[in-house]
Amino acid sequence: MKLILTEEQQFLKDTAQSFARDKTPVTHFRELRDKENSQCWDESVWKEMVELGWSGILVPEQFGGSEFGMAGISVIMQELGKTLTPSPILSTSVLGVSAINMLGSDEQKENYLPKIVAGELTTALAIDEGNHHDPFAIDTTAVLDGDKWVLNGKKVFVVDGASADSILLVARTSGKSGESNGISVFVANKDSAGLDITKISTADSRNYANIEMSELKLDQNALLGEKGLAGETLEKILDLGRIAISAEMLGNTEEAFEVTVNYLKERKQFGVQIGSFQALQHRAAKMFCEIELTKSAVIAAMHAADENSNELERLSSLAKFQAGETLHLVSNEAIQMHGGIGVTDEYDIGFYLKRARVAEQIFGTSEFHQARYADISGF
Amino acid sequence: MEYLEQFREEVRNWLEENCPPSMRTPLVPEEEVWGGRNAEYVNPESKLWLERMGEKGWTAPNLPKEYGGGGLDRDQTKVLHQELFRIKARPALNSFGIWMLAPCIIEFGSEEQKREHLPKIIKGEIRWCQGYSEPGSGSDLASLSTKAEDMGDHYLVNGQKVWTSYADKADWIFALVRTGPKEPKHNGISFLLIDMTTEGVSTKPISLISGKSPFCETFFDNVKAPKENLVGVENSGWTIAKKLLQHERNFISNFGLAGGGTGSGADVVNIAKKYLGETNGQIANSAHRENITLHKMKEHAFGLTLQRSGDEGAKASAASSMFKYYGTEHNKDRYELMIAAMGNKGLGWTNEGFSDDEQAITKAWLRTKANSIEGGTSEVQLNVISRRVLDLPN
Repeated sequence: MKLILTEEQQFLKDTAQSFARDKTPVTHFRELRDKENSQCWDESVWKEMVELGWSGILVPEQFGGSEFGMAGISVIMQELGKTLTPSPILSTSVLGVSAINMLGSDEQKENYLPKIVAGELTTALAIDEGNHHDPFAIDTTAVLDGDKWVLNGKKVFVVDGASADSILLVARTSGKSGESNGISVFVANKDSAGLDITKISTADSRNYANIEMSELKLDQNALLGEKGLAGETLEKILDLGRIAISAEMLGNTEEAFEVTVNYLKERKQFGVQIGSFQALQHRAAKMFCEIELTKSAVIAAMHAADENSNELERLSSLAKFQAGETLHLVSNEAIQMHGGIGVTDEYDIGFYLKRARVAEQIFGTSEFHQARYADISGF
Repeated sequence: MEYLEQFREEVRNWLEENCPPSMRTPLVPEEEVWGGRNAEYVNPESKLWLERMGEKGWTAPNLPKEYGGGGLDRDQTKVLHQELFRIKARPALNSFGIWMLAPCIIEFGSEEQKREHLPKIIKGEIRWCQGYSEPGSGSDLASLSTKAEDMGDHYLVNGQKVWTSYADKADWIFALVRTGPKEPKHNGISFLLIDMTTEGVSTKPISLISGKSPFCETFFDNVKAPKENLVGVENSGWTIAKKLLQHERNFISNFGLAGGGTGSGADVVNIAKKYLGETNGQIANSAHRENITLHKMKEHAFGLTLQRSGDEGAKASAASSMFKYYGTEHNKDRYELMIAAMGNKGLGWTNEGFSDDEQAITKAWLRTKANSIEGGTSEVQLNVISRRVLDLPN
C-alpha cells in the first residue's frame, strides 16, 4: 500500500478544490446559516455535485456509479471541508450507499442505488440513541407482526436526518443493548406514519434530527439483508463514515491552519508581524507536525478501505482519533492566535471551531477511538 | 516489476549462502560492528559478514558502484532491506561515514576524495567521527572557533570539539573549522577531513547522566592537515555542514519508532503488562493503559508519515526537521512511560536488586534525554519548520 494518490484520485481532488473555491467558499455556508435554511445545504449545489458524479463514487458500475472508492470520495470531502461546504455527501453517498450496497439484496440495490446516483434520493443513517456514539447500544425494537415490521424507539443526532428522503433505521430484532447480534437495518420513507422527525439546532448550524418511531409499520422488503445479522457489516459501514469525516476534518484543519498562519504574517503588534514571535512560531510548527501525521493516517485508512485490508478497523480509528485531536488543537489555536477578531461572528474562523466540536462527536470521539484502538491492538 | 522479483531472488540466494548463522541471531551490544583500523571482533563471524557485505557494496547499497557502493536503485535498496529484515540479519556495519559523510563527499567532494575515502568507508576499513559542536557553540553551531590557518601546503588546526561520538575509536574526523576569521560567521567555515593519528590530536571521554557514553572531547593542538583534505571550497563549508545535518536528522528520526535509535528495544506494552499485570489480557492499570495507547497511536501515525514521505520521494530538508523533532520527543516519551510502568523496578542503577534488562531501560531512559539535543535541539527544529516551511518572519 503506497501512501500517495493515484492520478485519478488527484484529479478528483483538484476538481473538488476548484469546485469548493469557486462555487462554495465559506460565504456560501454563511449565507445558508443566516437564511436559517431548514436543511442547511443547497439543492442546486448538490445537483452540481451529482452532475460531477460525486453521489455515485462508491456505487458499483452496474448501478450507474464510478467505483472510485473511499480514496476518491475522501479527497473530495477533504476539499469540501476546507470551505465548510455543507452537502448530503456523507449521509447519502458514503453511509446510505454503503449500507444499501453491503447489506441489501439485488432488488433493493436496483431500487435505491441508481436513484442516489441520479440525485433523486438522499438518505440518513439513524443509529445513536444516547449522549455518546455507541453503535450497539440499540434499544429501538423491530418486531414482525403478520407481514409488517413494527418499530419503536428513539434516535438522536441523526446526520442530515432533517432533509433525507429515506431514513436507514438501526433496530434490534433480538438480543439486548450492547450486543452486536440481533441488529437489523430498515429503510423508511421520511413521510411514513409513526415516524416523527424533529430538526435540532446545533452549534455548527448544520442538519441533524432527532427521530422517534412509535408503532412505525414497514413492509418486509424494508429490511436490508438478513434479520439480526447487520452488526458486523454496520461496523464496517461506520468505519467508512469515520474515514470520510476524518478526511473532511483534515480539510477543516488545513484551512483553519493556513488562514491562521497567513494572519500571523499580516497582523502587526509592537511594530512587527506577530508571526516573528517564537511563542507563536513554535506552536504553529507543532501544529504543522500534527497535520502531517493526520494526512498520513487519513490516506492510510482510505486506501485500507479500498484494499479491504484487515487493518481497516484500526486505521479507521487511528484516522478519526488523529483527525479529531488535530482539529481540536488547531481550531482552538486558530481562535487564540487571531485574538479579538477570532471571537467575532463577522470573522469566519469561529465557524471552524463550531464545526470541529460537532465533527469530533460524529461516529465516535477521540476517546471512543482510543479505547477501540487499544482493544483491537490487545493493549 | 519483473526485474525486482529477479533481484529479490538473487539477494535471497546470496544471503542464504553468505550470511553466517550467528549473524541471524539477535544482536548483543558487544558484537556491534563499527569497523575501522583498530576494530576488535568478539565474534569472528561479524568480521566475515562485514567483509562479504562490504565486498558487495551492500553496506551502502545506494552509493555508486565505481566507489565501492552497491549501485542499487531505490526499489532495489528497499528489496535488499526487506530481505535482510526477513532473515533477521544483523547490520553488517554501523558507520557515521555511511550515514553522514559519504552523501556529502558524493555531492561536494573531489574525484580524488571520492576514490580515496568512499571505498574505505563502505568496506568499514576506516571509521569516522563528527567534529561539529564546541564548548561555546551548541545550537549556534556557526559561531564555532576552532581555527585552521592557511600555511601554504597545509592548514594548522587549533581548538576543541565536544560531543564527538567515538572519537577515541575513530580513525578520521570530519570537522568544521574556521578558515575565515574576518568573514561573517557563516561565511568563514570550512569542512576539513583530519586523520586522528596526526600529531596534536587527542581525545577524552565524557560521562553522561546515563553513565558511560561514546561521547568525547577532541583537542587539536597545532595539528597539520594537508590541503587536499578540504572538502569543497574554502569558507563555504557551512553549506556542506547543513546538508550533513539533514542526513543526521533523517537518521535520528527513526528513533521515533519502537526499536529504533538509542534505546533498549523493549516494547512499552509488553513492559507494562509484565510490571503492572494483566486483567483479561489487558494492561491492568487503566491510567497507564490510556497513556500508552495514546503513545502507540502517535507512533503509528508517525510511522505512516515516514512511510508516506518515502512514497512521495520527498527530498530531505524541512521534512527532516519535523521527523527529528517528533521522533526524538516521542522516544523520550516512550521511556518515561516505560519506567513509569516498571515502578520501582525502573529505577535501578547496578545489578544489586535489578536485572540487566531493567538497568538497560533505566540507562536508556536517561540517554534519550540527549536525543532532542543532539543533531539540533527540538527548539532549533521548530525554528526551521517555522521559517522554512511556514515561511514565518524572523
